[in-house]
Amino acid sequence: MAIKRSAAVAFALGALMALPALAQDKPKELVVGIATFLSGPASVFGVPGKNAADLFFEELNAKGGILGVPVKPVYVDEGAGTNQLISEYRRVVQDQGAQVMFGAISSGSCNALAPVAEDLKVVNVMWDCGTQTIFEEGKWKYSVRTQGHAGAEMMATLLYLMKTKPDFKTIAVVNQDYAWGRESWALFQAGLKALKPDVKIVAELFPKFGAPDFSTEITRLSALRPDVVLSTSWGGDLDTFVQQAAARGLLKQSTFVLPLAESSMERLGAVMPEGVIVGGRGDHYFLHPKHKNSAEMQSFVKKYRDKTNVYPIYPTFHMNQAVTGLAKAYEKAGAANGGKWPTKEQVIAAFEGLEFKSLTGTITIRSDHQGLEDQLLGTTKRVPEYPFAVYDKMALYPGKLVTTPVGEKSLEWFAKTKLDLVNDKSIETFDYSK
Amino acid sequence: MPPEMLFLAALDGLAYGSLLFLVAVGLSLIFGVLGVLNVAHGSFYAIGAYVAASAVLAAAGMGLPTWLAFPLFLISAILVGVVVGGTVEALLLRRIYGKEEVLQLLVTFAVFMILEDAQKVVFGTQPLFANAPMNWLGTIEVFGIYYTNYQLILIPLVALAVLVGLRLFLRRTSFGRAIVAVTQDREAAMAMGINATRIYLFTFMIGASLAALGGALSSATTSLTPGIGSGMIVLSFAVAATAGLGRIEGAAVAALMIGLGRSAAVYFAPEFDVLIPYLIMVVVLLIKPEGLFTTLQTRKV
Amino acid sequence: MARQYLIGAALLIALIVFPVVSPWSTVILTVALCEGLAALGILVLLRAGQVSFGHGLFFAFSAYVVAFMAAASFGHEVLLLVPIATAASGLVAALVGLFIVRYRAIFFGMLNLAISMVFFSLLEKLFSVTGGADGKRVPRPTLAGMTLERETFEFWMFYITLALAVTAALGVARYLLSPGGKALEAIKSNETRLEYLGVSSRKVLYGAYLLSGLLAGLGGAIIALVSGHVTPELAYWVRSGEFVFIAILGGVGGVAGPFLGALMFQIIRGYAAVHAPETWHAVLGVMLLVIIFFAPSGLYGLIAGRKRKSAPKETAPKETAP
Repeated sequence: MAIKRSAAVAFALGALMALPALAQDKPKELVVGIATFLSGPASVFGVPGKNAADLFFEELNAKGGILGVPVKPVYVDEGAGTNQLISEYRRVVQDQGAQVMFGAISSGSCNALAPVAEDLKVVNVMWDCGTQTIFEEGKWKYSVRTQGHAGAEMMATLLYLMKTKPDFKTIAVVNQDYAWGRESWALFQAGLKALKPDVKIVAELFPKFGAPDFSTEITRLSALRPDVVLSTSWGGDLDTFVQQAAARGLLKQSTFVLPLAESSMERLGAVMPEGVIVGGRGDHYFLHPKHKNSAEMQSFVKKYRDKTNVYPIYPTFHMNQAVTGLAKAYEKAGAANGGKWPTKEQVIAAFEGLEFKSLTGTITIRSDHQGLEDQLLGTTKRVPEYPFAVYDKMALYPGKLVTTPVGEKSLEWFAKTKLDLVNDKSIETFDYSK
Repeated sequence: MPPEMLFLAALDGLAYGSLLFLVAVGLSLIFGVLGVLNVAHGSFYAIGAYVAASAVLAAAGMGLPTWLAFPLFLISAILVGVVVGGTVEALLLRRIYGKEEVLQLLVTFAVFMILEDAQKVVFGTQPLFANAPMNWLGTIEVFGIYYTNYQLILIPLVALAVLVGLRLFLRRTSFGRAIVAVTQDREAAMAMGINATRIYLFTFMIGASLAALGGALSSATTSLTPGIGSGMIVLSFAVAATAGLGRIEGAAVAALMIGLGRSAAVYFAPEFDVLIPYLIMVVVLLIKPEGLFTTLQTRKV
Repeated sequence: MARQYLIGAALLIALIVFPVVSPWSTVILTVALCEGLAALGILVLLRAGQVSFGHGLFFAFSAYVVAFMAAASFGHEVLLLVPIATAASGLVAALVGLFIVRYRAIFFGMLNLAISMVFFSLLEKLFSVTGGADGKRVPRPTLAGMTLERETFEFWMFYITLALAVTAALGVARYLLSPGGKALEAIKSNETRLEYLGVSSRKVLYGAYLLSGLLAGLGGAIIALVSGHVTPELAYWVRSGEFVFIAILGGVGGVAGPFLGALMFQIIRGYAAVHAPETWHAVLGVMLLVIIFFAPSGLYGLIAGRKRKSAPKETAPKETAP
């Protein structure tokens, strides 16, 4: 009896000891679960993100996958609601055996998924969400972000506005009524008060997310005649707002600042006038002044257009950063591990300090798992080559310059912004060229 | 607040309310005749918008003149009402009249879920808009502020035409009278030789076409994205319930109330603009449960 | 009667065993039980012929109570959070019920919808308090004073929820057989006769409404704990519609119905999410149509249906033409 029991214990111990060894064997395939919007209004980002992911994983697998292991993407619909998303996320990890998750687009989803990833001990690449508070207010061992955050985006936007239109006196804001709209305005406002304390904020409007009509807001703005109108809206909301504002002459009356307009430019076509300040949540743009003629960019734009008939927008570049970053982290971790398949913890460790090339620049992952990404802003111009507006008078802000330093909170950092940042030497400028 | 701002706010509310009326009156009509609260009504609105926008874009692609958009709106609306609405009524709803209310409601809920995805499959997920008709009609200046003629004049005019047209149709034409007769007493109407099945089908098609017309008209002013239908349905519930289900003139007044209330909120309490329709609905239902404009009438029990 | 217990027992055994066989399913099963609880609340009202398209209100209310309490320093304990949050949504039901029991049929449904949409809009709008559309995180509380790791927590939460669900189901079954429950059916078949018998139909419906609010609240409290996040979407009308969907899918003939329905709903949604991630709404919609047209008494009716003819009194009220 006693012998039997000790044999059983030995067997159990052996099984336990065998486990970590097994985990380091190369799996047959690497399952990557991707949370993205496949339904609802945010599918304007989610579906391009998925299309791009399909392309990038296909390319990656054609080159032998990650460390010789083919990668299989599995998609989860973020549009199903947070609670459903969380259970789907778990299912993909626990049932389908995903070792890596990409989650997600919405900051709300990222906030909800970060603790889940911690619980499940799964590598979680925040591939598109922007809220700066994630790594400023929490520490997440298993999560990493392969792009900049809202702070960097808003700082660059503010600096660009200060440079191109230094003497505006009044500003109004029309943002979507949810975390992104509220938080981005809070940041922008904090920085604005530091750089230009005498500016008057004449209206703060937060129409419902997905509102089909902005007539009343536009009437108010037309009556108030602010020098600058800021809107961090995106997707259908931004298209509708710009369309209705353009039809009623508001775009001529005020300078519009639209930090997410890159993703709407092709759709807006002739509606978008010249002279609007635009951005695209990072340094990516298919006509990036430094990279538009690179072989990788040309091939990506062509493949993406063949597949979808439209030009790639920023979520596709964010997806590229997530996929590339993941492959590089695995390679780095594999090399450190003597060529053997790394554990999840080794992959996460490899992300810290990782530097990799994206389609439009270089991304660095900081020790707090936040990515450093350059920011490209421009002013719209109409050119004969494209049936829609393009960037002109571009400025490229280095990620390091505009991202809140490690350990500081963005809101506080914004409040102590200095004017000399506006004309910092590290900012590169470009004009539109064919 | 200068007094002319109040007037301007009212103008915005008018345009918004008119659009709301078009959608809600269809819902109300269907309920009045069929006794079914159609959850899929928002989907007809969305599909109407998508079909109209696609038609306008296709016409522009062929180099046809912009004014053609207006007949296209009408054609798309009728097409959607007849094809999609007709199919839903003939294939599904017809089989559950006389069953429990909850089952009728759920059938339309299922149709709503199916149509939501069908839109995505057919029209894609990228925002779609066709604003040429709005720009073609130009702008008008009121107190130094530009309004589009499309929103300020055309949409309210269409709403007015629908209101007057429906009234005349229901009171003056024999088919319209037959509809009213079926609403009031189905058995008696059938005994008099009225074909109730046909009445139901046509009423549903008309109701669905009105929702689609609302969608078609909105396609020139707003971007179409997945999910526009589910927001619209609750709003048109609010209008129809506030007015009293089945009340056509009431729907016009209720839609206007909600439109004006909402735009007033943007000026005085921007935090509460989304609450306005539901608050109005709750208050009205609490005070007058059958809606503002319902006189006591005998409904079949 | 025996058959009803048999189905319940079979379902229970399956539920007890399943998480042991397949650990990843515990959370999904717990979620299903929560939705089943809310659908059970819908079932109670359906017995009176009333349908609420707004029970998301109670579901979301208690979920947010849990979220606020768990975030604050007090009440960081499951055994405290669940009863308090459930009671809180019971309180809301008691308040809303005061005037809602005066309405019947479509007005009953509409008013429920309107009130839940007011609450939904408030949750979205009051960003600084509720976190807006992104919702609030719910930190994992202690369970009976113990701080647990995720897996153990989920494991125990499942069995606690299962025990609560069984208690709730048995309680509702008793209630439905009691004079109050019988009076409920009378509201559906002939309310005037009930009043002539000297029974206040409003009082009867008020009791049922309170009960259904408590059930939805219980489900909401637990779902907040196991998913660790609450969003306004819990109060959205589509969510309320899903509860009715689940109740009909499972069948309103017996108290096991809503749980059968909730399980089926999760299974279909799970499969649809894997095989048709872009059209899972449509899959559910088709499923609903199939049930309504071919099995109007739901899954429960399908299983229990055959033997019903011999004991018609125990079965669900037959579909009667209005």
